[in-house]
Amino acid sequence: MDKFTTHTGIGTPLRVSNVDTDQIIPAVYLKRVTRTGFDDGLFASWRSDPAFILNQEPYDRGSVLVAGPDFGTGSSREHAVWALLDYGFRVVISSRFGEIFKGNSSKAGLLAATVEQSDVELLWKKIESRPGLELTVDLQAKTVTAEDLVVPFAVDDYTRWRLLEGLDDIGLTLRHEADIDAYEKGRPSYKPTTV
Amino acid sequence: MGRTLAEKVWDQHVVRHGEGQEPDLLYIDLHLVHEVTSPQAFDGLRLHGRKLRRPDLTIATEDHNVPTLDILAPIADEVSATQVATLRKNVEEFGVRLFPMGDANQGIVHMIGPELGLTQPGTTVVCGDSHTSTHGAFGALAFGIGTSEVEHVMATQTLPLRPFRTMAIEISGALRPGVTSKDVILKVISQIGTGGGAGYVLEYRGEAVRTMSMEARMTMCNMSIEAGGRAGMVAPDETTFAYLKGRPHAPQGAEWDAAVEAWRELRTDDDAEFDAVVHIDADALTPFVTWGTNPGQGLPLGDSVPDPATMDDDDAAATRKALAYMDLEPGTKLRDIAVDVVFLGSCTNARIEDFRAAADVLRGNTIADSVQMLVVPGSMAVKAQAESEGLDQVFIDAGAEWRNAGCSMCLGMNPDQLAPGQRCASTSNRNFEGRQGKGGRTHLVSPLVAAATAVRGTLSSPEDLVTVGS
Repeated sequence: MDKFTTHTGIGTPLRVSNVDTDQIIPAVYLKRVTRTGFDDGLFASWRSDPAFILNQEPYDRGSVLVAGPDFGTGSSREHAVWALLDYGFRVVISSRFGEIFKGNSSKAGLLAATVEQSDVELLWKKIESRPGLELTVDLQAKTVTAEDLVVPFAVDDYTRWRLLEGLDDIGLTLRHEADIDAYEKGRPSYKPTTV
Repeated sequence: MGRTLAEKVWDQHVVRHGEGQEPDLLYIDLHLVHEVTSPQAFDGLRLHGRKLRRPDLTIATEDHNVPTLDILAPIADEVSATQVATLRKNVEEFGVRLFPMGDANQGIVHMIGPELGLTQPGTTVVCGDSHTSTHGAFGALAFGIGTSEVEHVMATQTLPLRPFRTMAIEISGALRPGVTSKDVILKVISQIGTGGGAGYVLEYRGEAVRTMSMEARMTMCNMSIEAGGRAGMVAPDETTFAYLKGRPHAPQGAEWDAAVEAWRELRTDDDAEFDAVVHIDADALTPFVTWGTNPGQGLPLGDSVPDPATMDDDDAAATRKALAYMDLEPGTKLRDIAVDVVFLGSCTNARIEDFRAAADVLRGNTIADSVQMLVVPGSMAVKAQAESEGLDQVFIDAGAEWRNAGCSMCLGMNPDQLAPGQRCASTSNRNFEGRQGKGGRTHLVSPLVAAATAVRGTLSSPEDLVTVGS
C-alpha cells in the first residue's frame, strides 16, 4: 500500500445522505475478478443523469469527495472503495461512515475522514462558492483545509499509523505467528471443522 | 462487573492483546467464502506466495451469480461464468471444500453454515458478505468483512479488530399471530435508523426472543447490518441446542456434552452493562413494510405514505428523494400500493419455516393476474425439504414460480432482476435504489405479507384475505 501523508485535490460535494454501497457500485459491476477497472461502475445509476455532480466541470476531476452522513452503508463490497480509487478519489469526507466501508477504505488506501456535520456544511458552502477549489487533507495533523477554513477530522490511530507508513496488515499480523500457533493449540476439540 | 455475551465470545478469541495503538488480534473459527468477494483475495495470496492457513476452517459455496431457473446449464453471462469458474479453480488450488451449483448442499452462504451445523455458539464467523450477521442467532460473533480482510483471514486465520460497543435490543411481551421477527427487525431499524447501530454489536433479548425459532432469530440477526450494527447476537438456549444436535458438523457424543456445557455459559451476566439499550414492545407490533429507499424508511402496514411537508429539512429532503424514486404520493394508504412482482427468498427469509408460513397463506388461493411471484429456496436442502412436504406444489398451484437455490432477486447480479419501474414486495433485506435491478422499486416485507400481497396484488397481510373471503 502507498504511504498517505497529505493530499491536495479538487473537492466534490455530494449532498446526499445514506449513500449505500449499492449506489456507489451496483452489484452488476461486481463480476470482475481483478482489483482494478471498477471506475465505470462508480455511482453508475446516477451518472446517467447529466445533473449529477460527477457530470459537472470541474467536480468531475475531484479527488476529495465531501458526502452527506451515513456514507458507505450496506453491502460489504470492497469494490466500492476500489471504484472510488479507480475514479481518482483519494479521500472521502462524511460525518458518519458504514463500518465495513470504513474498514475496507483503510485496507485499500482510501482515507475515510470523519468530519462533524456542521463542518461538512461549511466545506460544502466553500466548495460551491468556488467550484474547483482545492482541499488539502493532512493526515499528520488530521485537518482539512479549504482556503481560510480549517476543520479537524477523526480517524483511528491505528489506521492513521498504517496509512502514514503504508503498512501491509497481513505482514504485520504474520509477525505474531507464534501467538497464533499457541492459540490454536488451546482451542477446544469440539470446535467445528469443514472437512 | 459482569460481561455481555459479545464480550465473552470476544475474550475467548483474543490471540494477542494489541500494544499501544494496535488493535487486538482475534482468532476466526469459521470462514465462509463465495465467488464475488474472494477472487482478489486468492490472487493476493498467490502474489505474496502465502498459503491459506486453515482450509479445514474454510468453506465455499456459489450463490450470488446463480441462475435459479436452470441451475445446471452453463451460466450464459460470460463475466458471471468466469467468476464462478475462478472460484472453482481457486478452491482446488488452495484445498477448500466447495458446494457448487448442482450439489445437494449448495445454497446461500448464510444458509449452509447453520444447516451443516458449522455455525455454533461461541464461535467467530466471518465472510466477505455483510449478512454474515445472520450467524449471530446461534450466539456466534459473526460479521461481514471486505476482500482485503478475506485475504487476511485466509493467510492468518485472524483479524486485527477493535472492541465493539454493545447494544441491548430488549423485546418485551409476545408477538401477535401474523407478526414475525421480520416485522420486529424492520421496526428496530426504523426506530434507531440505518446508522443507529454503528459501532455496536446488537444483542436481541427478552421473552419474545426466547420463544422464537432459530429461523426467526436468523432473520432478525441477518438485518442487524441494516441498522448499521456490526453484528447481531442471541444467547444460545435449548432451542439452539435442539436445532444443532445431529447436524453433520455438530459435535457428537462426549464432545457434544462438553460443548453444551460451555455453550450454557454464553449469556450476558445479570450485572453486565450495555453501552446502549433499545426497548421494543412486541405486543404492540403489527406487520411492518418499507415505503422508501433505505431499510429504516418503514411503517406499519396500516399506515400511509409519509408526508415530507410535516418533517424537518433533512428528513424532508431524504423523503422527497425516496418518494420520487419509489413513485409514491404522500398520504397513499400502504395497503393501496400495487406490486408487479413478489419475491420470497434471500438469506433473510428463505428458510423452511418461511416457506411453510407463506404456503399456509397461499394454500387454496391464486395469486393475482398482475403479479409474478418468485419462490426461491435459500438452499438446496430447503428446496428438498419443502418438496418432501409438498410445499412446492402449493406455490405452483397458486401460480408462483418454484426455483433453485441462490441469492436470486435480492441483488441485481444474476438473471433474476426487476425491470425498470417494476415494483416488488420482497422478503429480502435491502430496498436501496436499483438493488433488485436498475430502476426497480422494493418494499421489504415478511413472508406472510409477501404471500398475502401476491394474492391481492397490493401490499396486504393474511388478515386482509380473511376479510375478502368472508
